Amino acid sequence: MTLTEAPTTALGAGPGFVVELDAYSGPLDLLLHLLREEQLEISDIPIARIADQFLHAIHELGLNQAADYLDMASRLVRLKAQMLLPRRSEEDGWEDPRAELVRRLLEYQQIREIAVWMGRTAERRAEQFVRGYLPPPPELPPPPLTLDLLEMLQAVERVIVAIPSPVLHRVVARPLDVEGATRRLEAMLDQREEFSWLEALGPRPTIVEVLSTLLALLELAKRGLVRLAQTSPFSPMVIARDSARSAA
Amino acid sequence: MTPLAQLLEAALFSAARPLTVEELSTLDHDATLADVRVALEQIREHYDFEQHGVELVEMAGGYQVLTRPIHAAAIERAQFSVRAPKLTAAALETLAVIAYRQPVGRAEIEEIRGVSAGGVLRSLQERGLIEVVGRSEALGRPLLYGTAPMFLELLGLRDLADLPRAEELTIALQPHRPEPDGTDDAAAYVEAES
Repeated sequence: MTLTEAPTTALGAGPGFVVELDAYSGPLDLLLHLLREEQLEISDIPIARIADQFLHAIHELGLNQAADYLDMASRLVRLKAQMLLPRRSEEDGWEDPRAELVRRLLEYQQIREIAVWMGRTAERRAEQFVRGYLPPPPELPPPPLTLDLLEMLQAVERVIVAIPSPVLHRVVARPLDVEGATRRLEAMLDQREEFSWLEALGPRPTIVEVLSTLLALLELAKRGLVRLAQTSPFSPMVIARDSARSAA
Repeated sequence: MTPLAQLLEAALFSAARPLTVEELSTLDHDATLADVRVALEQIREHYDFEQHGVELVEMAGGYQVLTRPIHAAAIERAQFSVRAPKLTAAALETLAVIAYRQPVGRAEIEEIRGVSAGGVLRSLQERGLIEVVGRSEALGRPLLYGTAPMFLELLGLRDLADLPRAEELTIALQPHRPEPDGTDDAAAYVEAES
């Protein structure tokens, strides 16, 4: 008998202790082999002899660390001790301590016989082939890319478009034109006695114009050329010529 | 061959697995199961009588066209096909226990074989030869294993009843009770020691 797969026996919490074994598929197999070699009846095993031979065999085969074989070895040694206990042969109700081992060996032998039959049957079956069937390969690598220059450029274009354009702020110094606003307001004051803030700003003023106008108004007020008045909170500011001062 | 036999032959040729009589009967709504069986027999006879290189084999509950064993070596030499790798003794023993004791748990398999069975069970499951068929009510609710249809295909059996029955095996399961006054091996051992 040849085994291509070695029985594996885990020892402790390690990664597993693997027995490289060509001859036996387990301790029961080894035991059967020893019995056959000695041409002994399974039903009447000379336990003491077989136990010693078993221990010797697993030592020779380097199996004396494999848990399954050690387990069997300890059972055999215990049986050997039990058989050595004194008893009167005519004693009733004596239970043969070997009975369990005998039962297991016979059961295993039957399984072995079925296994051999199955092996032969499978070999015969393997002589016949089914119609060739190729299962789809599990995972094909993607096919190589084929594309021309135009497709390549279009792809590059799509990538470039997809890149978000950076948000850039260009800060331009826009100096306030307070002098211009002042001249404009003075011109308006020459024309009219009084006008509103919104009129001072003119249509659609920029933020710079608003600020310039405000600063110009404050400057004019400081110089006493205008009076600034609000009739109520948040109401439009009224700009009037400070006639008293300007007259002066 | 009848038109039905031709239709069945085409279907059997196209299929990569055994087809059951029920499946084959769906090919022709007018065909009864009996018609299908008759036609299958016709195909089988045709292959045998005309000495075709293939034969119709009943297997795993269905029918499949297989090459004849006599051509295996040549086909393999030409590398058109290869025999399935042999199962190891450990795998065969485990399969044997499962086939006869199913549904059976890992503990019982290990008890019968005297070795741990985890690795073998996994590889048999990966090959689709056995499957989990349930859980035991015992402590820890261990998984119970049974043979899968692929097991029958592996051996070319029609069903599990094709397995040899226990009484057909050469080994008797009846252990002989040792003679009460027979030679005690312990005594023999003591003698040998002295």
